[in-house]
This record gives sequence, C-alpha cells and structure tokens, in this order.
Amino acid sequence: MKRSLTALIAGSLLAVSFAVFAAGGAIEGVEKQPVNFSAIAMFMIFVIATLGITKWAAGKTKTTADFYTAGGGITGFQNGLAIAGDYMSAATLLGLTSMVYFKGYDGFIYAVCFFIGWPIILFLMAERLRNLGKFTFADIASYRLDQNRIRTFAAIGSLTVVCFYLIVQMVGAGQLIQLLFGLEYNTAVAVVGVLMMVYVTFGGMTATTWVQIIKACLLLGGGITLMLLTLAQFDWSLDNLFTKAIESHKLGEKLMSPGSLMADPISAFSLSLGLLFGTAGLPHIMMRFFTVPNAKEARKSVFYATGFIGLFFLVTMVLGAAAITIVGTNGAFFEGGVVGGKLIGGGNMPVMHLAKAVGGDIFLGFLSAVAFATILAVVSGLALAGASAISHDLYARVIKKGTATSAQEMKVTRFASVGLGITAILLGIAFKDQNVLFLVALAFGVASSVNFPVLILSMYWKGLTTRGALWGGIAGLVSSVGLVILSPTVWVKILGNKAAIFPYDHPAIVSMTLAFFVTWLLSVTDKSVRAGKEKEAYEEQYIRAQTGLGASGAHDH
Amino acid sequence: MSQPNIQAKIRSNPRFAELVGKRTRFAIILSLVVLVPYYTFMFFVSTQPQLFAAKISEGSVITIGWPIAALFIIGGWLLTGVYVNRANGEFDSITEEVLKEARK
Repeated sequence: MKRSLTALIAGSLLAVSFAVFAAGGAIEGVEKQPVNFSAIAMFMIFVIATLGITKWAAGKTKTTADFYTAGGGITGFQNGLAIAGDYMSAATLLGLTSMVYFKGYDGFIYAVCFFIGWPIILFLMAERLRNLGKFTFADIASYRLDQNRIRTFAAIGSLTVVCFYLIVQMVGAGQLIQLLFGLEYNTAVAVVGVLMMVYVTFGGMTATTWVQIIKACLLLGGGITLMLLTLAQFDWSLDNLFTKAIESHKLGEKLMSPGSLMADPISAFSLSLGLLFGTAGLPHIMMRFFTVPNAKEARKSVFYATGFIGLFFLVTMVLGAAAITIVGTNGAFFEGGVVGGKLIGGGNMPVMHLAKAVGGDIFLGFLSAVAFATILAVVSGLALAGASAISHDLYARVIKKGTATSAQEMKVTRFASVGLGITAILLGIAFKDQNVLFLVALAFGVASSVNFPVLILSMYWKGLTTRGALWGGIAGLVSSVGLVILSPTVWVKILGNKAAIFPYDHPAIVSMTLAFFVTWLLSVTDKSVRAGKEKEAYEEQYIRAQTGLGASGAHDH
Repeated sequence: MSQPNIQAKIRSNPRFAELVGKRTRFAIILSLVVLVPYYTFMFFVSTQPQLFAAKISEGSVITIGWPIAALFIIGGWLLTGVYVNRANGEFDSITEEVLKEARK
C-alpha cells in the first residue's frame, strides 16, 4: 500500500510536469494563452505540499471512520476553514467579482443570497446533524425509516448533486486553466481528475480536509492582499473608488442601486429559496459536520466558516468594484485593445486582470495557482461525498445490509473514488464548450427539493414515514430537473425554443413546495404498521438529537 | 444501565424539557431575526429598488444599499456567534447535567 502510494505520487508529479512541457511545445488554439511558468511553479509547490499531506494522511487512514470523517478528530476551527474552503469555489471568486463588475449592486444582492443560508444551518441543523449522523446525510434521513428505500434514494440524491456540481467544476477548471496556465483543456481536466483521485483514494477525509484548509487560507490571503493593493490605488477611500467606478461604467449612477437581476419578485424569491435551502442540502457540506468530535465543535465550525465566507464575499465586492475602473478603462485587457469591448478570456476574468494590473505577472501567477488549487479542493470534497454515498450507503448498508467488513468497505470506497474521478474527467471533456450555468441551478434545485426536505423533516417531524419521504423525494427530483429543462436557460438558450414553458431559472419555489406537500400528504395518510413504528421511533431519535446520547464520538488512535 | 431506561429518565427530567424549550425558542427567534429582514429586503429590492438609491451622506456617492447588504453578512455572522456562545455555554451545561443524572 505504502509503496504503491509513493509510486502514485511520483507518477502524478511526473504527469503534471509532462503536461507542462507538452503545453510548452503546443502553440495552436486561438484562446490559449502563452504558458505561464510562474503560475505553474507556484501550483507545483501546492501540489507537492498537498501530496506530502496525502502521504501523511494515508498512514492515519486505517478504518472507514478515518476515511469518511477523519476519525471525527478535526477541531471546530479547522473544520470551519475547511467548510469555507468547500463553499468558496473558483466560481465564487470569479463569478461574484464579475457580477459586480458588470452589474454593480446586483452582485452584492447575489452574494447576500449565497451567504444567508449559513446562520440558518447553524440555528436549525448543525447540532442535530452532528448528533444523529455518522458518515453521510443518508444516515440521518434513514435513521428511523426504511433502510433500503430511503437510504438508496438519499444516496441517489447525493450522487445527482455531486455529479452536476462536478461537471460545473471540471468544465470551469478546463477553461480557466487553459486560459491562465496555457495548458490544453483536456490536459487540465485530466490533471484535476488524477490529483483528486490521489487525494481522496489514499488520504480520505483527512487529506481532503487539509487540502481545503490550505486552499481556504491561500484564497483568503490572496484576496485580501489584492484588495489592499487595490485600495492603495484609490487612496484607501471607498468613496473615491465608487466615484471613479460610476464615471467609468456605462450604467453610471445605476451601478449603485438594485437593477435588473432581481426585477421580478417571484424569480427573486425562487432564487433565494433555492440558494438558502440548497446550501443546507449539499452532501459534501453536510458531510463536514461528522468530522468534528461533538456538537460543540460542530457549532463552532459554522461560526468560523460563516465568518470566513462573509469576509471573503465582502472582499470580492471591493475587488469587483475596483475592477470597473482599473480593468474596465484599460485597453490592454480587451480583445483588440478596444475599451468596453469583449474582455480577454471572457466575462469571468475581471478579478484575474485586476491581479495583473495591480500586482504584475507574479501576483497573477499566484492567483492563478490559487484558483487551480481551489478547483482541486472543491472537486476532492465532492468526490469524497460521492464515494461515501456509494460505499457506505449503497454497498455497506443496502447491498450488504451492514455485514461488510471494514476492509471490504474501504476497498469499495477506493474503487468508487477512482470511478468518480474517471467519470469526472469524461464528463468534463464531454461538456467542453457547453454553457454549464444551468447545472448550478440543477445542483441547487435538487439539493433544495430532494435532499433538504427529507433531511429537515426527518429531524423535526415525528409524522414522517417512509412512504411520504420516498414519494416526496421523487416529486422533488422530477419537478426540479423537469422545471430546469423547461426554464429559459435550457429550453430557450440551449435547446433553441422560442419561449420558455417555465418562466424562472430557479425551480425551488415550485419544486420545493411540491416536495414538502407530497411528503406531508403521503405521510399523514400512511396508516400502515410500519408507519406506526416509524412514528414511535421518533422518541429515541429526538432524545439523541437533543442531547447527543449515543452519538458517534471521536475515534482515538 | 440499558439505553431505554436512560431515555425514560431523560424524558422525565424537567431540566430536559427546559433545555429543549429554551433552545428551540432561541433558535427560532434567531432564525426569524435573519429571515424576516432578509425576505423584506428581497421584496423591496425587486419591487421598490429606488428605496436603496439614497446616499449614505451628503457628498458621498455610496448608496444606503451597500451598507444594508454588508449588514446582512456581518450581522448574520455576529448572530452565529450569539448562538454558539449560549449553546456551548448554558445549553451544553444543562445537557451534561441531564445526561449525568440519567446515568446515575
């Protein structure tokens, strides 16, 4: 095992270096940028450091508890950083800054929508999650319900969200890295996939957590440094920064107040529902609550995570607004040098151009390396959540009915991680050049309409039965996926139809309501003997949820 | 001692009812403190956007919308601190007490 790990680490390093040299020789491709050696060098340092951590983590990963939850031995502060790392993807950095750059204040509203779920997760979910769960969110959903059907369904819900999210990340990774590092799209996707497999397969949750922590620190540090460098150019005055932004932007004064993004109240409501409760239904985020030893640390981790995420969002707002003047008036950042034309590298690039403008090539290289590291960390968290759904839920609980040995389960987990890595690479290549924005709506739609209802109701509602949970989940899945297909983004922009059948891009307002309604209706009308037993079992679950009595604790070595 | 027995003891302990009551009320109040202003904000942002166009002070270009949005982020974070502080102190010590008595 140990020797094979060392060989694999050496192999992946070799693969990365090879990719770099291969890219150095290739000059074809219009969009591709010259190879950025300082960025690649900095990224290599990150890769070497994280592979070293993986090797250390592999030595500590002996049981399934080690693999899924790092043995429950992560502290609240560490877990807080890691949760923040999971939530602050490259898409957040690039997407939020670019939204402020193009739309001004609307970008800030969007950031608030992405943020507001966190306090709610703490108040209503964190300690119950920790007290009831062991490895996956399906543990909680199926706590007193039918192990086969509910666990299978919850695992499918997790895997669906993981796959949609993985595609978004892989396609983003390919495009970004092609642009920033000058690597081929397919090479970039393969490098991300292979490194992810190594982290997850060998290092499990311990390695994934430390990759997240390092990346969260780099991202926060990089963002804050960039913000300070930028503010210095405006004499440390936000008023000065915004005055210049208004002068430079075509929206002028309108930049400073709500605009078109939230103009439709129902659409805004649906978006905010989906983001708020979707966050509370993301499997890779929920899984992080099982890595801490008890409810006390679980609460602390949300406090730290919320602080880091909030800080990061505020920093991105300043960066986006500063880019309006610094990037938006500099011809060097536009195709053909035409100010106000098409940004080089596309609409997501303002923050990268800003890094070059105020920090030069070295800082751009640093931020590019951080963006790459960010993608890598997020896909690793996703892959781990997906692998646990396959090995813990589907294999160990449903197929083997709990009779699988730890060694067998570990083996399946590792195969599942490798399988997910290969799937991610193939999907990343298949979706090349596609508009994948709708997949974010899908991921959050499924998370808020499939995972969230069953999770919250199983924790809070005594009357929930297997029949209700199953059909409610199916209703949520079918309606959220169906409505995204009928939405403007997919039905009109991708499929080329004239008018959208469902007018909103985010389905939560309908699909989440439907999921809750169907779950309620089919639970209260369920008079079976099984339903009676499930309601009886709530008492034991309730006391455990409230006090942590019988909750799985930290595993010492 | 068997698990069901411990459970029955916890259930019959008035301190347990007190813990659950206090904590549930606290969590609901804090959730409302976040959600009511948030949805009010979202409602006015989409229906009355001009409300947010007023300047924060004379001579400044910054509208009141920016500090309001920042307040959601900073305030939301501070509220998590308020909850964690009480839950990890007061609530956890009642929990420990209840568990200890039940195991006696």
